[in-house]
Amino acid sequence: MQNNKYTRVDRFAVALAEKILLYPKITIFITLLIGALLASGVIRLQVSNNYRVFFSEKNPDLIAFEKFEGTYTKNDNFLFVLKPADGQVFARRTVDAVEQLTKKAWSIPFATRVDSVTNFQHSWADGDDLTVEDLIRNGASLSSEELDSRREIALAEPLLRGQLISLDADTTGVNVTLQYPEKTLTEVPTATAAARRIAAEIEKDYPGVEVVVSGISALNNAFAESTVRDGITLFPAMFVVLVIATWLIVRSVSVTLIKIVVIILSTAVAMGYAGFAGIPISPFSGSAPVIILTLAIADSIHIMSSMITLMREGKDKLTAIKESVRINFLPVTITSVSTIVGFLALNFSDAPPFHHLGNMASVGIAAAWFYSLTFLPAAISICPCRIRLTSGQPRGLQRFVERIAAFVTTHYKAMSICCVVFTVGLALAIPTIDLNDQWVKYFDERFEFRKDAEFAINNLTGLYPVEFSVSSGEAGAISNPSYLEKLEELTEWLRKQPEVVHVYSYADIIKRLNKNMHEDDPAWYRIPDSRELAAQYLLLYELSLPYGLDLNDRINIDKSATRVTATLNDIPTRQTRAFITRAKEWFSTNMPEHMRSGPTGAPVMFSYISERNIHDMLRGNVIAVILIAIIMMIALRSVTFGAFSLVPNIMPILMTFGIWAILVGQIGMAAATVSATSLGIIVDDTVHFLTKYLRARREQGLDRAGAINYAFSTVGFAILTTSIILAAGFGVLAFSTFKITGEMGTLTALAIIIALVGDFLFLPSLLLLGSKKTSSKGVKP
Amino acid sequence: MISFSGRKLSQSIILSLFLSFTVGAPAIAQSTEQKGFEISARSDRSDRGFSDSRVKLKMILRNAAGAESARTLEISTLEIPDENIGDKGLLIFSSPADIDGTALLSHVKILKPDDQWLYLPALKRTKRISSVNKSGPFVGSEFSFEDITGQELNKYTYEYLREEPCGELVCDVIKRLPRYEYSGYTQQIAWIDRKVYQTRKIEFYDRKGDLLKTLSFEDYRLYQKKFWRAQKMFMNNHQNGKSTDLIYSEYTFGVGLSEKDFVKGVLRRIR
Repeated sequence: MQNNKYTRVDRFAVALAEKILLYPKITIFITLLIGALLASGVIRLQVSNNYRVFFSEKNPDLIAFEKFEGTYTKNDNFLFVLKPADGQVFARRTVDAVEQLTKKAWSIPFATRVDSVTNFQHSWADGDDLTVEDLIRNGASLSSEELDSRREIALAEPLLRGQLISLDADTTGVNVTLQYPEKTLTEVPTATAAARRIAAEIEKDYPGVEVVVSGISALNNAFAESTVRDGITLFPAMFVVLVIATWLIVRSVSVTLIKIVVIILSTAVAMGYAGFAGIPISPFSGSAPVIILTLAIADSIHIMSSMITLMREGKDKLTAIKESVRINFLPVTITSVSTIVGFLALNFSDAPPFHHLGNMASVGIAAAWFYSLTFLPAAISICPCRIRLTSGQPRGLQRFVERIAAFVTTHYKAMSICCVVFTVGLALAIPTIDLNDQWVKYFDERFEFRKDAEFAINNLTGLYPVEFSVSSGEAGAISNPSYLEKLEELTEWLRKQPEVVHVYSYADIIKRLNKNMHEDDPAWYRIPDSRELAAQYLLLYELSLPYGLDLNDRINIDKSATRVTATLNDIPTRQTRAFITRAKEWFSTNMPEHMRSGPTGAPVMFSYISERNIHDMLRGNVIAVILIAIIMMIALRSVTFGAFSLVPNIMPILMTFGIWAILVGQIGMAAATVSATSLGIIVDDTVHFLTKYLRARREQGLDRAGAINYAFSTVGFAILTTSIILAAGFGVLAFSTFKITGEMGTLTALAIIIALVGDFLFLPSLLLLGSKKTSSKGVKP
Repeated sequence: MISFSGRKLSQSIILSLFLSFTVGAPAIAQSTEQKGFEISARSDRSDRGFSDSRVKLKMILRNAAGAESARTLEISTLEIPDENIGDKGLLIFSSPADIDGTALLSHVKILKPDDQWLYLPALKRTKRISSVNKSGPFVGSEFSFEDITGQELNKYTYEYLREEPCGELVCDVIKRLPRYEYSGYTQQIAWIDRKVYQTRKIEFYDRKGDLLKTLSFEDYRLYQKKFWRAQKMFMNNHQNGKSTDLIYSEYTFGVGLSEKDFVKGVLRRIR
């Protein structure tokens, strides 16, 4: 190559390389210093432990739920589930265990309320005396008959049955409500540790009683545990994979080491940025280091393979470095920018962890680009690297690539048809994908939380509370018989729904009080006849309740609305959405205007999280596609080829989701993220392939088949290896303990592999297709 | 010795003092516990001899979202000179409308469950509330019945903590530990000023020892040149973000009430 053939970019790259090679030590010092400064933000990193991190401040479902919580109480809880080996909750020993647990649960940090079958406020009448007291006190001293009567009361009590006592009374629950000050991130782990300690103490003191801890706080804690666990397993695993892969490619220990430094620096800078930006690390965004590690390798691999190839051709090290920087500067920059565009597009989603991952990955990719073009050449220039020049690329692989080239150039028509048929066929399956975000299933079976949650679901009750705040329209009007009758109707309707395992409703309380006011005559177990009666019963009852067991979390302060909680079974979110739709319909046909209430709560939020994010990401995807197309046009200096290059890149994404639809069938919120990021990543191979193809056409005047062969022989191997490394990196994420991260990793890995096939089979076929038609006009340059 | 009426401590202390001395606590141990008790007793004593009173009370409840709701009631109190029996109180609700005329008669006990009767005008019956544990919120507010009635000297043991400025005054800070088994609290910290010996602030600590609520007393006024009454009390719940204001008005003393105005039978004849 001669200088006068250099483009401006080439000249800039050469000038950069020359400066670096002139002052390699200073370059190394400065780049390391910058890296260290940025990476120092790592110490500020914090691990999030709240499921709400997945909902933005603008999320209407979150806003509705926070309003609900402001009116009643926060919904954070621990649900202890106790199952005695003999299946008898109402045995002396077990009720004693429940009493002890109830008492100890008060010591859990931030606990504000503890509900159990023993401290349930049982009300009963004796003439004109109303007694409200613990259902069981000093249970160990009660006779079998007394315990049997308590059992009957508990099983007949709608507030307990199916919630704190199983239908056959073989399992019971202790529910602890917590109010976190939300000042530090240690609150949830502290409370969880206390809850688990108490569960262990009870198990130790009462052998044969199994105690597990579930609930929203346990879920929140699991988010943090999952992040940490992934961090200490996946990152090292990926690191080892990359070290081995790098060594296999460059076959030099010192170069491998330099490369490791580049990758570590890129990751550390990105995580440091996250620390300075105050980004909380959550299960999903926690995958950023693995992703950066994976993506950082691609930049440096191209620079190093060119360098090694040049040295094998007989160039000295410095010349090889300079030339390598020159020929790679543009493609490496373009691929970095396109990948960054894909990741930044995540900012269009609703879920903040997606933004976080997108931004961290973008910083990491930018850092990898920077270090690959500065630190890497500088370090290689001064290191006493011995690069084995004899062993070329593995023969087998090289021959394999060549065979593909030969195959494609002869069978391009069939290949094109095949690819189109496959893409269309698979794309048709995409609408069958079921969006499912059951949070219990976010965590894999290794997780204590998952096991405990399933234990709770299988033995006691559901874990998905759907809340309704049913308004009466005016202050105090919850005591109106017309309101209470409607509330009762709602309660009964909810109880009939197959998804519902338990309903907590004030209607049941006021009916019980009415009965108590009439000497416990069962005929009076109904809604009181007048507003005054209901209001005065409620006042009487409220005066009788102990600390922490009041109705303030059930009735709003001006007594204009009450809260109805329907606990749903362990069902896919599709069924939850169906239930929500049905409930809304029921409200609009059966309830007066002012009593209509949209369901709210965490299950509602999660039921729409995927749809919402996919919807929000549509715009992000369109913008990413347009930007990437423009980048490709600039990179290839051809509008036609820029636009054309998208075809083999959108195809793998369609096929990926199609394959997923057929093989797996359901997906969580990860679905929203994969398109934009995958596109940004897989487009890189097309850039490399088309750059070489066009160079052969433009500079060497080869025909299409010849240019394709040239592209295969120059970058085929690099495309193959980087794709394998990228797929391996994202494949590692499949082992995440968090389902969303796992799905994102698997889908991206799948997209990368399909894109590789597409670049090798479909892209050349498309280039050859219609060659006769266009050959007269020719490819422009 | 009840403080249905917004004052804090009342009741004779002679017996208590006598008991404390005869127990013969060593001089050093005496210093903090005795000092705490003495200051509380002095505050209580400052209110002795009011005999009976009547006051109107407006409660303003506020939730974490900032929504408000009000209740109004009238409170009559009968002072019982014997410090081992609590005062008697009669609370008559006037709003919200649906509990208008509902009346709560309470005979406060020191270490046992209070005797309580509620008259329900809609049912035209009086119901005795025989629950042991009434530490829950009073009519949905952040006050428990205990907070309103619990300021009996002998309901606590005391410990003097320190002296501290409180607003423009100087206060003694005293820790008090509930003696009643079913109290909702593990401890309270009270600030009592040194000028007129009135309580200015109380912090309530929950069962796990965490700060639960803070009660502030505002706008003390002197009645009959003898009895201090706060016109406003603000309770702030730190854990759930809710709060309640008590606004007292129209204090009258020496209404001429007697024991027979505080018996169950009187409830039916109130209106």
